[in-house]
Amino acid sequence: MPKQINVALIGNPNTGKTSVFNALTGLNQKVGNYPGITVEKKEGVCKLPRGVKAHIIDLPGTYSLNASSLDENVVIELLLNKKDKDFPDVAVVVSDVENLKRNLLLYTQIKDLEIPTILAINMSDRMKYKGIKLDIPLLEKELKTKIALISTRKNKGIDQLKELILNFKELSILPCVNSSEIDTNYFDGLQKTFPNQLLYKLWLVITQDVNFGKTDRNEIDAINSFKTKGKADLKRLQQKETIKRYQFINNALKKGQTIDLKSAKDLRIKLDRILTHKVWGYLIFFVILLTIFQAIYDWSSVPMDFIDTVFASLSEWTKNSLPQGAFTNLIAEGIIPGLGGIVIFIPQIAFLFLFIAVLEESGYMSRVVFLMDRIMRRFGLSGKSIVPLISGTACAIPAIMATRNIESWKERLITILVTPFTTCSARLPVYLIIISLVIPKGRFIGLSYQALTLMLLYLIGFGAAIFSAWLLNKILKIKSKTFFVVEMPNYKLPLFKNVALTVIEKTKSFIFGAGKIILAISIVLWFLASYGPGDEFNNAEDIVNTEYGLQNLSADELQQKIASHKLEHSFIGIAGHAIEPAISPLGYDWKIGIALVSSFAAREVFVGTLATIYSVGNDEEETIKNRMAGEVNPITGGPLFNFASGISLLLFYAFAMQCMSTLAIVKRETNSWKWPMLQLTIMTAFAYVVALIAFQILK
Amino acid sequence: MQVTLADIKRGQQGIITDVSSIHIPLKLLEMGCLPGNLVELVQVAPFADPMYLNINGTHLAIRKETAIHILIDITNA
Repeated sequence: MPKQINVALIGNPNTGKTSVFNALTGLNQKVGNYPGITVEKKEGVCKLPRGVKAHIIDLPGTYSLNASSLDENVVIELLLNKKDKDFPDVAVVVSDVENLKRNLLLYTQIKDLEIPTILAINMSDRMKYKGIKLDIPLLEKELKTKIALISTRKNKGIDQLKELILNFKELSILPCVNSSEIDTNYFDGLQKTFPNQLLYKLWLVITQDVNFGKTDRNEIDAINSFKTKGKADLKRLQQKETIKRYQFINNALKKGQTIDLKSAKDLRIKLDRILTHKVWGYLIFFVILLTIFQAIYDWSSVPMDFIDTVFASLSEWTKNSLPQGAFTNLIAEGIIPGLGGIVIFIPQIAFLFLFIAVLEESGYMSRVVFLMDRIMRRFGLSGKSIVPLISGTACAIPAIMATRNIESWKERLITILVTPFTTCSARLPVYLIIISLVIPKGRFIGLSYQALTLMLLYLIGFGAAIFSAWLLNKILKIKSKTFFVVEMPNYKLPLFKNVALTVIEKTKSFIFGAGKIILAISIVLWFLASYGPGDEFNNAEDIVNTEYGLQNLSADELQQKIASHKLEHSFIGIAGHAIEPAISPLGYDWKIGIALVSSFAAREVFVGTLATIYSVGNDEEETIKNRMAGEVNPITGGPLFNFASGISLLLFYAFAMQCMSTLAIVKRETNSWKWPMLQLTIMTAFAYVVALIAFQILK
Repeated sequence: MQVTLADIKRGQQGIITDVSSIHIPLKLLEMGCLPGNLVELVQVAPFADPMYLNINGTHLAIRKETAIHILIDITNA
């Protein structure tokens, strides 16, 4: 017996496969990616009786071995490759007791690969409720394997499943269906050419458009000669095969399963009558979206403020208790605020995924897709894209992570690319201060101009997202299935354990995936703002002291002047000066340039940076505003922040990709630097052009 | 009465008589959309698209563009 048994969990979506995985492994699990693709790889360790351990891999949910997505490819690539280190000693097919017939299709396919296969029938607690009775010994005989009747909800049958895994060698490996009967001549020819190969395996290799890079090359090349049949012919054979499998399944279930429809109760019909209703359905979904929005926008502000305070005092404490010097500054001003910049997102991410996990687990998310499909498909988006797009109005980071459950890669990619256009909460401080400076206080039919402007900015953001989605849908040439088949699962009460594990796992994946990049960039930005070349930076104290020495400034005011002088001559200050020629056509000066460069860390930094440049002690909004109102444009001599430059700045912030954390998460979610870099270039260029046009017309 | 699946009304049932296997995804066949199986229209979204069906005990939603390739015999009017 091997020290560690390799187990693959396989099953249809919505069968509670992940619950079984969680029940087997508990917290002994890790989530990674399959090399080179963005499919999640979940694996864990399970302790079996008698000190044996099992390595469990939770394969993506699939309805059959005929793959139609990247996720499903993973399943078939593993099952066909005996040399893979994860190749299962035993497969566990998880199925839903309420939909056994359909679930068994996948089971018969895996059986036909002659892999020892345990059938785990989940949700057995629902049997009485649905009037289902199973004759397990008879089914075991018909299906040629051992069955574990389990309920992850009631925590039943898991020990029996572990026992079966432990004794996997006793399982029969006889196939269920002889698929060669669908075209005897063809299959005879195949078998003659490859006498040592399993027929069903050959058939899968022929019919699947899968990358078999890891399997034996010669074998595959020879098989190509059998791809002579046209696509339509192959598909007809696949249909025949499917019918044949259902015949086998129906036969087995006729003997082993009885359903008393009279005693079956159906909550689904009642709920769906309201939740998918043409009016109520949308209304209820709107209320749910509002609640999610409220949670990430409002409820999470309490823990976020707390995190902010903790990191600020931690930085202060470090500065005071460690010996002065460059190293202390690095920790206190670079690393700690950098870490704070990662941790600050946790409340929003946790809240959003709490809601998403509940919506997914309960089965409601499929109804959302059903309701939104027609509207979203026009723009090349999925019905599921509505959740990321709306939650993007709070923050793009959790929103982009939420695109994971969009199955089609093209729809998911488009959603990821356009989400940063929606007006996130970090733009708000920038918008508010500029609007109050440049938009007149008057009212238009009872609505203040300022409020209208803010609303307009939200609409512009959403419009830009939708428009660019439409455009990307036309441009992107990604081979992606366009058909739409969405299962509408039964409504279920979400399991706390599953929801909690999703929230923990998403948070972890943010911290370790995107967090590293965020930390690195914030340290670089800190360095650029705290160091500078030449005497102007290094002798800032002396220079400022000489200049203002006679003016009787207070110690505080003098410190502010020094900080301002230092920032102006730091690397970032030099960058701000350097880009002045490029941004003066937009109506900005070098000070705004510095704020633009440093607010790349996060948009809200804009206000704080201006506060430092204008040497305003605290970031009290009124003080900065007064200071900004007094700024003079060096070219025109008029106020720097006027209507034209204000609108130009607002538009720039509406469109520009001014957020390193978003870039980091896009890199993580698309597994390449190509997309975030494209986003950065195109969005910023677009923002520049729009701001330029706006300023030139309005000035 | 033989019609396509796109024509049935909410609450109506039918038996699938033929599927144009070239035009519809294999996934749909595998979920039970095969000749001989019972199908019922549970709910429709605005503009009758997508359609929420119960095929052979499996509940699923498909678009109208797919439904026109499935022929059925309506069993209850």
